[in-house]
Amino acid sequence: MAGALINVPKEIRRGEPFEIKTLVRHPMETGYRRGASGEEIPRDIVNRFTCAYNGQEIFSADLFPAIAANPFISFFTVATESGELVFTWTDDAGKAQTETVKITVA
Amino acid sequence: MDRHPTRRSLLAAGAALPAAGLLAVAMVRPARAAAPATMEAAVREFVGEAAARQGRVKLEIPPLVENGNSVTLTVSVESPMTVTDHVKAIAVFNEKNPQPNVAVFTLSPRSGKAQVQTRIRLATSQKLVAVAQMSDGSFWQDSADVIVTLAACLED
Amino acid sequence: MSRSAQRVTAGLAGLLLIGTAASAEIPEGERRSGFDYMSRETQAMQRDDTANPGMLWVREGEALWAKKAGPAERACADCHDDAKSSMRGVAARYPAFSEAAGRPVDLEQRINECRSERQGAKPLPYESQELLAITTYVAHQSRGLPVAPPRDERLDAFRERGRALYEARQGQLNLSCALCHDDNPGRHLAAAPIPQAHPTGYPLYRLEWQGVGSLRRRLRNCLVGMRAEAYPYGAPEYVDLELYLMSRAAGMPLETPAVRP
Repeated sequence: MAGALINVPKEIRRGEPFEIKTLVRHPMETGYRRGASGEEIPRDIVNRFTCAYNGQEIFSADLFPAIAANPFISFFTVATESGELVFTWTDDAGKAQTETVKITVA
Repeated sequence: MDRHPTRRSLLAAGAALPAAGLLAVAMVRPARAAAPATMEAAVREFVGEAAARQGRVKLEIPPLVENGNSVTLTVSVESPMTVTDHVKAIAVFNEKNPQPNVAVFTLSPRSGKAQVQTRIRLATSQKLVAVAQMSDGSFWQDSADVIVTLAACLED
Repeated sequence: MSRSAQRVTAGLAGLLLIGTAASAEIPEGERRSGFDYMSRETQAMQRDDTANPGMLWVREGEALWAKKAGPAERACADCHDDAKSSMRGVAARYPAFSEAAGRPVDLEQRINECRSERQGAKPLPYESQELLAITTYVAHQSRGLPVAPPRDERLDAFRERGRALYEARQGQLNLSCALCHDDNPGRHLAAAPIPQAHPTGYPLYRLEWQGVGSLRRRLRNCLVGMRAEAYPYGAPEYVDLELYLMSRAAGMPLETPAVRP
């Protein structure tokens, strides 16, 4: 099961920075834990997160096992024009999850 | 065998058992921790030949946390965030998790405001360092100490 | 010995000594949610829906609500329509008596009854992500509403059994639920404050679990902490305990999805 939650302010004004809050479902398995019978649980984390604003990457993060399960990341960007924000989380298995949010700039 | 233990014997058992369980937890957690030297090496790798100066960066984290599994951390940097003067990256490091790296965030003039927030894991009480890389090639840093308390109840 | 281990040893020994006094229920005006015992930071995480990780399960549950399941090709929404109105207040009234089961069932069991009877689908396993998601979504529709146990005399005997379980000493430490949560709330076990044990936020996101879990899972943690044998997941004891706990929490607002350390 996967899923993501993105939150941007309702009113976004041209030329001003606004906050983008992101939450994604992921166990962020560290690779340092052992299962009930002593076996090592292999590492599986989201190691990269990117945000593109109308096709151009405006923010990214390289993540390590110290990031909590169900990663929360918030950051800012300047409102330039209405359009699309595309968020991508890529994990160790190479699986990418994408979420798109439309924004209207006043 | 005494099938009806006295109150005294129960008290003695009660006092000994939780201590054993909690000590096991206390000892397992930091066992594979990175040493402070490892954190310094990781910071060195990020800043290269430059020296990271104190200032301009603000690392905010609660000084005392009730669970190390999810601790909110905010880093903000004083910067006009213009094309000629902006923050290029913010990196966060820890002292006593198994690995010294926490995250590296890449920013640009389009960020508008140099502030990021995330939630991190802390294996035990330790120091954290946030380093900002500026567009002029300088590095700035801030650090914070966090105390992580232990949970009393265990998962089966 | 670490300082916290010393503290918990002293704390538990203290509880055992105090335990001679009779347990007293907490008066209505003095009832406090576990929320009140948390740090400012964890409270902030629960309050802000854009930061509360439990909302990921709410969102997943919303998707499952509309998804057709079983040979009947029927979704929850096909019968119950919009959960925002049809499920409002429902979680505040559970556990409730089930004619089919001949005894009280909790919200999860009620959802599984619906699955087998109306959808013809297999019941979802306890603590499965799907069951947690649907339950969290349904319970979320009652957030802010007061806990309102139904007046149904068929429940009384089960609720009394729950109270007896709550007050019974068990496990190697010879503790009862009441000894901690009625007699010593606000005091500490290690660094963790002892709450009054009101189940007002379930299913909830527990930082210790790094995910959402049920009241059953939390009760199991308590039993393990008391060095008692936890009942198996489907055991009726959990429903009886929940019946009693909900009557003890009557009038308190539901918080699903709550966040706890």
